[in-house]
Amino acid sequence: MSSSHARVAPTRRELLQGASALALGVAAAPAAAWAQRTTVKLAFIGPLTGGTASNGLGGRNSFLLAVQERNADPKARYHYETEVLDDECKPTVAVQAALKATSDPAIVAGVTHYCSVTAIATVDTYHKAGMPAMVWGAVLPEITYGHKYVEVTRVNGTMINQNNVAADFAVKTLGFKTFALIHDTTDYGRAHAKWFGEFLEKAGGKILTTQGTAKDQKDYAAELTRAKADRPEVVWYGGLTPDGVRVRVQMDKLGVRAQFQGTSGIKSDTFNETVGPSAEGALAFVEGAPTEKLPGGKKFLEAYAKAAFKEPSEAYGPFAYVAANLVIDAIEAVGPDRAKVAERLKRTKNASTIIGPVEFDEYGQNTVPLISKYVSQDGKWVLWEDSEYASGKRTLPGHKFKKM
Amino acid sequence: MLGVMYALVAVGFTLFFGVLDVIHFAHGDIFMLGAFAGLTALVGLKAAGLGGSLLALPLTFAAAILVTGVVGVAAERVCVKPLAGTSPLMTLLATLSLGLVIRESVLIFYPRGADPKPFPQLLPQGGFEAGGVAIRYENLAILGIGLAAMVAVDRVIKGTKMGAAIRAVAQDPEAAQMMGVNLDRTVDATFFLGSGLAAVAGILSGLYYSEIHFIMGITGGVIGFSAAAIGGLGNVYGAIVGGLLFGVLQTTAAALIPRGSEFRDVVAFAVVMLFLVFKPSGIFGEKSVERV
Repeated sequence: MSSSHARVAPTRRELLQGASALALGVAAAPAAAWAQRTTVKLAFIGPLTGGTASNGLGGRNSFLLAVQERNADPKARYHYETEVLDDECKPTVAVQAALKATSDPAIVAGVTHYCSVTAIATVDTYHKAGMPAMVWGAVLPEITYGHKYVEVTRVNGTMINQNNVAADFAVKTLGFKTFALIHDTTDYGRAHAKWFGEFLEKAGGKILTTQGTAKDQKDYAAELTRAKADRPEVVWYGGLTPDGVRVRVQMDKLGVRAQFQGTSGIKSDTFNETVGPSAEGALAFVEGAPTEKLPGGKKFLEAYAKAAFKEPSEAYGPFAYVAANLVIDAIEAVGPDRAKVAERLKRTKNASTIIGPVEFDEYGQNTVPLISKYVSQDGKWVLWEDSEYASGKRTLPGHKFKKM
Repeated sequence: MLGVMYALVAVGFTLFFGVLDVIHFAHGDIFMLGAFAGLTALVGLKAAGLGGSLLALPLTFAAAILVTGVVGVAAERVCVKPLAGTSPLMTLLATLSLGLVIRESVLIFYPRGADPKPFPQLLPQGGFEAGGVAIRYENLAILGIGLAAMVAVDRVIKGTKMGAAIRAVAQDPEAAQMMGVNLDRTVDATFFLGSGLAAVAGILSGLYYSEIHFIMGITGGVIGFSAAAIGGLGNVYGAIVGGLLFGVLQTTAAALIPRGSEFRDVVAFAVVMLFLVFKPSGIFGEKSVERV
């Protein structure tokens, strides 16, 4: 009895050993669980260098955040590794990156492309390789509506909805009537000009000139001088941040007294930082709502801040985050099989995400109903409804010029 | 305005070609480096409390000219001189590679190097209208600085001992050496001068456009070289005329041709091609007495 009792009552040393073993066991449990899980690789492709790198880096970080969170989830069936590739916002580089990703059999799916020129250039590559690719930022309609490939889906909206809202807002809400359109001659810029022009005329606006310019063009003196001669109320630019910066800055230099309006392509922190005070009152339109106003936006921003990434998530970071989660959800459901994952993703219905419910139509296009209007105010993009321009405290540059 | 910047870059190309018969394809990226060196100098001056002073502009130019001058001389010693006896293609490849190294280094090592960088406004703002054309004091100042740089180059080449040495080496390096010209020093001076002019062009570009970007040297280099070719490679005055002409061609194509904005580079480079086909020696031809 006593001996038995002695065995039950542990010594202090035994207690310490037991506690240590327990602590080690608890600490090692997730690692052991990871070790038991099958590893699945995911690709991220976006512009990590070049003029649109800030958006690409924000998207990459958001993608990595989603993967980190899932790897930390003990309920996850698989452990996820990532392959991050730079498309430089250039079609040729993007095709190389897509080929690299698709030729690696370990990569099951990709979260791919911010720039429309790269997304449209790689559609066939993903289809031929049978690799599911979910676009997280590019807005050219043809990326999803130009084919019926099961592999290509898109979580963000298209420029069709964006330009419809942009044209209606400029004409019907702000009361501008005459427009000078300048756009880059990439598929992105041309398509923006086409859709904006169509919706503008339907809304009752008048296009005075439409001028295409080379991407990365430095000098816009000729285009702006020609536009200025027609005295437009609005100079609209269809292109990305670096070129949008130059158009806006050179408008001032050449004395073009008009409202500046851009597309989602200029809605970046870099635009405000580089243009400086002249950015004040510039307009831009983006699919979805501001991150902090998204259903899960606060949680996303907190997690993003906790992960301590160097770069901000930018406007399309939440879309990359959602795309990564949808891809992972599909893999969790059907296993790491490219064909099965592609089928599953294409049939996404009413998925609950931080950007709200996601539902793909027959083309794999998320039917995002919401387009947000932004105005640059004190060096930051502010939702139009929350801005001092909407409340009447400030006057848009275009309205000031109209009165002059 | 465009033409002045092109001309300053073109003069560098033509100097290098005139003295060493090399096409220095890193020169466009040295133009970009000059702009970034100027911006860095301005940030430093601002930190030292001199950002808004009258001294800021000359100090910025001096710092950028020094940086690009030293890099230009180093480029010559690393990529040109050791390859003197080899095929010209090797020099071309070496300088192209150097340009890539400079560009990628700025991208990687300059803080947030991928983004366009705002360039501070140092010149007087405001302006007036003349015949419906907005003329800004800033533009007049940029034009003045650009023209002053060209006149300074002319004075250096025509009125100094080093300029005479550069002209002598351009005409006949062996004879120049026999007459006591130090070839190495002359070549160094040529690369310092040409690269310094690229820095001036880079800063002027920053002041005019209010932003600089690490990729600005790609187009700047190609256009600078084309301008030098139009004017006549090896002829400083040809490079100046070529630069101004290229700027005029681009602007008039955009302004006068229907949908010309889309074709401005097509038109300008088509003219370069025509020059190469019908007058390969350029506007000012190849007259050895005028060469550099």
